[in-house]
Amino acid sequence: MALGQSISRVESKSKVTGQTDYVMNMTVPGMLHVKILRSTVPHGIIKSIDKSDAEEIPGVVKVVTGEDLKDFDINYYYGPAFRDQPVLAMDKVRYVGDPVAAVIAESVEIAAEAVNYIDVEYEEMEPVFDVLDSMKEDAPIVHDKVRPAGSFADLKSLLPQSGSNVCLHYKLRHGDIDKGFEEADHIFEDTFTTPAAVHLPMEQHVAIAQIDSEERMNLWTANQSPSFVRSEVAHVLKYPENKVRVKVPYLGGGFGTKLYVKIEALTAVLALIVKQPVKLALTMEEVFLTLTKHATVFTMKTGVTNDGKIVARKCNVVWDTGSYADIGPRITQKSGFTAAGPYDIPNVHIDSYCVYTNNAPAGAFRGFGVPQLVWAYESQMDIIASKMGWDPLEFRKAQVLTEGKEHATGQIIHSVGLDKVLDKLDTSLEWKDYHTNRTNGSVTQEGRKIRAKGMAIGLKAVLTPSISGAIVTMFADGSVSVYSSTVDMGQGSDTILGQIAAEELGLPREKVRVVHPDTDVTPYDTITAASRSTFYMGNAIQKAAEDVKNQLFEFASEHFQVNSDALTLQDEQVYVIDDPAKSITIKDIIKGIYKMPAGSIIGKYVFESHYESPDPETGQSKDIAIFWFPGGTGVEIEVDIDTGKIDIVNMVSVGDVGKAINPFNVHQQLYGAAVMQIGQALFEECKYDHGQMINSSMSDYKVPSFKDLPDHSDTIIVEEPHPEGPFGAKGVGETASFGVQPAIANALYNALGVRIKDMPFTPERVLRAIKESEKEQESSLVGSTVEIKGEK
Amino acid sequence: MKKQVNFILNGKSVSAEVAPHETLLDLLRNDFGLGGAKETCGLGLCGVCTIIVSGVPVSGCLHFASSIDGEEILTIEGMETEEGLHPVQEAFLNNKAFQCGYCTPGMILMAKKLLEENANPSVEEIKDYMAGNICRCASYGQIIEAINEASKLLQQEKAGLNA
Repeated sequence: MALGQSISRVESKSKVTGQTDYVMNMTVPGMLHVKILRSTVPHGIIKSIDKSDAEEIPGVVKVVTGEDLKDFDINYYYGPAFRDQPVLAMDKVRYVGDPVAAVIAESVEIAAEAVNYIDVEYEEMEPVFDVLDSMKEDAPIVHDKVRPAGSFADLKSLLPQSGSNVCLHYKLRHGDIDKGFEEADHIFEDTFTTPAAVHLPMEQHVAIAQIDSEERMNLWTANQSPSFVRSEVAHVLKYPENKVRVKVPYLGGGFGTKLYVKIEALTAVLALIVKQPVKLALTMEEVFLTLTKHATVFTMKTGVTNDGKIVARKCNVVWDTGSYADIGPRITQKSGFTAAGPYDIPNVHIDSYCVYTNNAPAGAFRGFGVPQLVWAYESQMDIIASKMGWDPLEFRKAQVLTEGKEHATGQIIHSVGLDKVLDKLDTSLEWKDYHTNRTNGSVTQEGRKIRAKGMAIGLKAVLTPSISGAIVTMFADGSVSVYSSTVDMGQGSDTILGQIAAEELGLPREKVRVVHPDTDVTPYDTITAASRSTFYMGNAIQKAAEDVKNQLFEFASEHFQVNSDALTLQDEQVYVIDDPAKSITIKDIIKGIYKMPAGSIIGKYVFESHYESPDPETGQSKDIAIFWFPGGTGVEIEVDIDTGKIDIVNMVSVGDVGKAINPFNVHQQLYGAAVMQIGQALFEECKYDHGQMINSSMSDYKVPSFKDLPDHSDTIIVEEPHPEGPFGAKGVGETASFGVQPAIANALYNALGVRIKDMPFTPERVLRAIKESEKEQESSLVGSTVEIKGEK
Repeated sequence: MKKQVNFILNGKSVSAEVAPHETLLDLLRNDFGLGGAKETCGLGLCGVCTIIVSGVPVSGCLHFASSIDGEEILTIEGMETEEGLHPVQEAFLNNKAFQCGYCTPGMILMAKKLLEENANPSVEEIKDYMAGNICRCASYGQIIEAINEASKLLQQEKAGLNA
């Protein structure tokens, strides 16, 4: 049995001996190196570029600018939602960091030196950095023209807009919002913000491009979406897809920053221009400028009745997608429709806006926008509960979505263990005792340090629609290869997907090998992201393995003269269930089929989700997501009231994963996602000065280290099986990212009575909030904007 | 203007011609094909490029190659011997103390040095000592467990040798 076993990662030994294959370690013969010159102005027209001094430096092969690209018959623009991002800046720059020119040289050092010898003259244009200013009618326009890409089914309905920085406006209308607010006894309105942040996988973006003897483009890239890279690079080069080959070995982390095309189009075009292989490896400083997490401004208005029911919720979410949309429009829509929270609310009204600015581009970041939303709705749940004198746990339980209830999108919710997640938080935090005794003992103070607890839950819809194809080949000796374009970026997909194939074929895990993505060989897969691989690719592999099994059974049923449903496959033999003495080995079946001890059995499957596009005016759909997955976080914090510093004493992460194929890996995903969010909650923030990111290095931007860990932590698996999941499995990569920020903010409120609505909760911000609250208490103004209506 | 340096690399005498600006990390990666240590932050702050120079862990991205003449260099590639994995590697393997594995070589070398200085560290001591090694996947919990186990393995090994 391979299923449910905490098998070690198949590549474990290579990871402790430093032998794992990463693109960063790869070279190809004759390879040149690339360095990028980036824009120093946030918004401007390129008036001239003088590259003559740079090209004279010995060892420099060529300096390429956007202007040079015009000599080639290629498409200059790429992108997953809009093709708005140029291979190199074409006439105009849109942020500090926009690639303007590329130096190709014999060594990294020479290329880096030569970058300094390129002179660029800009005519600066008025920039816009504030996302709310950018929505105004008189705002400077970042993109004069918007080009929908049409690569993905869910983004096909995007319409070109001009004269506005709003590149997508998603609307959800459920029930009657005005009537809902009329029915409410109390109305709460709060605005929550999150800053831009960065992923910082330990391995930077890196790619090698080489044109081979058949004039095909070969790319080795540290990327989470090889199938998309193939089609998009093919689009840029005007090649057929089969002339582009993308190979991905192990990744040194991804977290969303290595999705879609990042540096691959540029690397490929440069190889085409110099007709030699080129390698482009970004520095960490460049990683900061390549992709960020969306900064958001979320205003939430909620109506509740005196008996504890939410009757209306209005959400206005604004996403700063920066200078290029990247996947921002999908985040705006797919996370946008979850903005009202995992609650049964009859009247919901959501406006979600994806907005260009002259900041660095923003895109997918572990959680895909959901953490920014949970931060707001779970903070407000506690604001309401506190104001109304309700237990925040009971307040959540009273409206949480359970089996068969209708989500605000109109979809009926199934296989979502939100109530179980809440129960686990309740028991693991000893919440009832804690809440009951809040005023006499459970919020403790020792010296100047106060301890208190908080919790939050969140719900995400998996990316739908999407596609995963898989091939499973059984060789004559009974060993198996699985061909899948899922990228193992550390989550352990090679191990888990192999477990699924092994389980289906009754084989020990070590008989199965998972082939790394190679678009010449491994079938199309949408992306490795969105907590989707176990479900989508797992399904494809399970069914492809079933296809192999059926072929074995076909031979065996004839051999034993029984129906194939009378057969079972175990221990590398096919047995007749009622007469186990009748058995035949896999090897003998293959020998029987091919009349020689050679050949292979090939199984295949393409798993496609069912989906109903949301109505463009109301956002309603009966089938908007193939599965939903909830997570919850409970924390106990200790806050120092003299310094404002928050320490996490205890953290509990709960995730409903459907079925844990590899429980250890699931625990690691939960813990890893939660620790990553501690950084987001407490200190991570990209700081800008007139469009320039001023902390774009690991010396100025801190990420969680050993010193930031909770003193105690726990990860709890809930298994509410999904009928369409492989063995009931859903996904887990993002689950523990949802609730960390509001859980900490809620604990902080419970400790000090201060409510912070802007992230991160730095000591400075906490201290300021304490001072503000002292002032407010003097003038008896407290908390959020609350409208208390007259008695009814 | 290159300079010749002679040094011991993972137990073998080697020599190389190095440029004044060349880092130890670049030398090991480019001239000796050792890919375990990698440049991540480029500032000596993340621990991914950790290399041990005559018993002292250094950031390979900041350490000049020209300074290693006569030194003994240990990289992750030199940890496994004919007898098998080093006990620290063994403990990382047993505790599954990694996800993407990019930071793992640096973690292992740093943990080895910690246990040489402090055979039986407390969790707080581990956190203090290892604070300069970043794991963005956050396998920190398992790394602490691995260091605890390595501490036991090394002490058993030592007791075995003394017996």
